[in-house]
Amino acid sequence: MSFLDASNQPFALKAFSTLFILIWCLIACFPLLWITIMSLKLPLDAFDSNFFNVLIGPVTLQLKNGVSIASFLAISLFSIYFYSGRQRLQNYFRGSIGSSKDVTLFLFIFLLYIFCCISILIIFSKFFDAYLGLLGAKIFGFTLDHYHAVWTERGFSLFFKNSLIVTSGVVIISLSLGTLAGYGLARKESSIAFWILIIALIFRALPHSVLVAGYLPFFMKSNAILSPIFGEFAPVLYGQPLAVIVVLVAINQPFTIWLMRSFFQNIPKELDEAARIDGCSHFQAFRKIIIPVMWPGVITTGLFSFMLGYNDYLVCSLLLDGQNQTMVPSITGLFNRDTSTTDEIVAIAAAVSITAPLFFIVLIFQKQIVSGLTAGAVKG
Amino acid sequence: MKNRDFIFFVGPSLVAMFVCIAIPLIFVLEQSFFVNKKVYKEVEVESCVAGFTGQICSVEMQTKPQLDEKGEIITQKEFVGLESYERLINFDAVKKAFWQRNFLELENVKFFSALRFTITFCLITLPFVIILGLVIALTVNNLLSSLKGPIIFVSLLPFIITPIIGALSIRWLFVGDGIITAFLEWLTNSNISMFSNSWTLELMMILYRIWHVCPFAFIVFYAGLQTINKEMLESAIVDGANRYHRLRFIIIPHLMPLIVFVSLIHLMDSYRVFEEIVAFSSDAYVISLQWLTFDFLRLDDTGNRYISSASASSILTMIGISILLYPLIKKTWNDYREGKL
Repeated sequence: MSFLDASNQPFALKAFSTLFILIWCLIACFPLLWITIMSLKLPLDAFDSNFFNVLIGPVTLQLKNGVSIASFLAISLFSIYFYSGRQRLQNYFRGSIGSSKDVTLFLFIFLLYIFCCISILIIFSKFFDAYLGLLGAKIFGFTLDHYHAVWTERGFSLFFKNSLIVTSGVVIISLSLGTLAGYGLARKESSIAFWILIIALIFRALPHSVLVAGYLPFFMKSNAILSPIFGEFAPVLYGQPLAVIVVLVAINQPFTIWLMRSFFQNIPKELDEAARIDGCSHFQAFRKIIIPVMWPGVITTGLFSFMLGYNDYLVCSLLLDGQNQTMVPSITGLFNRDTSTTDEIVAIAAAVSITAPLFFIVLIFQKQIVSGLTAGAVKG
Repeated sequence: MKNRDFIFFVGPSLVAMFVCIAIPLIFVLEQSFFVNKKVYKEVEVESCVAGFTGQICSVEMQTKPQLDEKGEIITQKEFVGLESYERLINFDAVKKAFWQRNFLELENVKFFSALRFTITFCLITLPFVIILGLVIALTVNNLLSSLKGPIIFVSLLPFIITPIIGALSIRWLFVGDGIITAFLEWLTNSNISMFSNSWTLELMMILYRIWHVCPFAFIVFYAGLQTINKEMLESAIVDGANRYHRLRFIIIPHLMPLIVFVSLIHLMDSYRVFEEIVAFSSDAYVISLQWLTFDFLRLDDTGNRYISSASASSILTMIGISILLYPLIKKTWNDYREGKL
């Protein structure tokens, strides 16, 4: 008997809790869903005050493209079928791609799904819609113009490249430093380890602007300050994506250490003690015994480092130049212009483009993210 | 683990933290006492105007910023003591407010209005996040297990999304005749503009923050609920405890360490409130401490950055966070000395 067993609940409680969860899920995903819909419409539809006009987009339908009821139904049916058969599909492909990694498999199946959906859309609009009468009439208007504008005209591909440089740098450096430190702290029992952790906790609480205030003057004048060491090759660090990595690693390091430490504490001590008795040094024990079993923790910590680097607004907007930004800070340049509603929709399309990778990350790594969120907490 | 091995493992990270965090902090402290001033020089300027009989020339003294050989303005570091702090806090205004017992007037000083907002923001969002997170965790724990995966997935979205994008997506729901504003106007039959009042802006920021952090509280509490001792609950049921009693006397005490943990993380993070100000463009009405530093650091219309003021406000922000964290660190230290950790 479980304490809140679904079977012994009064009906009212059950109904109420189901309703509550439904409302929560709606609130949780509505803003994101809504901006995705808005980004696909022309400005006149997207900023219409009528709910259904935004959803259907009459102007967009007239001037641009649309999806028919029939293809909409076909995609919905296909999605349900695909979702219910995903287990069988996984088992089928596990052999044929020859990959045992769940992530690759998942990505492959997901791409397959997207591919099928697009094919259905094209097949219906080209061949079937004309013969289906009322069902074939287009009802949901959509256009990809704004995405096109963001990625080609507004230089988003450059920003994307910068984001990629910054985030991958942050992930690689913080993981390599944090893994070593986390292991050391998890295996050391003395007050030094305790104090290091407390200081890391204090550093974690620092507002990021405090650190930037320390870096900014140095970055602006680094040319003059570093010239005694580097001569005329002394770089101006302001505006360099590579220099921003250092600041973000510094911000991220305390959190990485805490997270890695709690993962290493979960790996039984006996494992490396046994290796030590067999004559390994501490470092050899780490390399041969711990590295093979630490990957779940590393992946989780890597995910959180990725999100810190990717989501950062403050550091990048202050230390990088307006023309050479990462994706997230560049968005304020799009919506603060106060010119036309088209600009605003372009900003919305940019926002959806920024969110899409995060969406897939949650889809693929849900388990790891949950374990990361609870790692520090449940073990105290 | 021997000390030598310990240093080998922890050393790189310690050096990184020292060089990249501790040293910049020392710089910040130093900068807050100094101001970079342009060096001015008195220059004789002779200006001539074509006159009737010939040129009429006049010589006058002008103060001009001195240039170096590259043509850039020379600046000089000057020790100003607490002047930057004084400009930020405005001691006179504090004294006046204190004598007249009229603290509302302090709102006119930017720093105090930022402080006021930051602290109320932290304290108002905290109970909502905890309670809502707990209710969602209890309810999801109740549901069929096949639904839990999708629900957790959907719930994670607000938490995982880039904060500024999340706040912007809320902005686009409300801005102008956005869908929710339109709905509210239809409901109340009045004209609503959410972005021109400080209280509506604050309300939206608080709602956004609750939406953003709730999933975190939910996930942590949900994980805590899985580790609860089932026998204890069963014996409580045998003893006749109803749902409320079980919640009050077993579940909440069991989750207490987690509630403390979530509160701590939430306080740290909401003290840094910043993205909301940018996304809602609310700086004319509501600002936060971190935004204040950000504003000093970025280029203003005349092309200046107020590094010294930024450093002073950073130092004050840091003092604030230390006061906030002091009880916690003291408690951790006591636990550690008693051997609980």
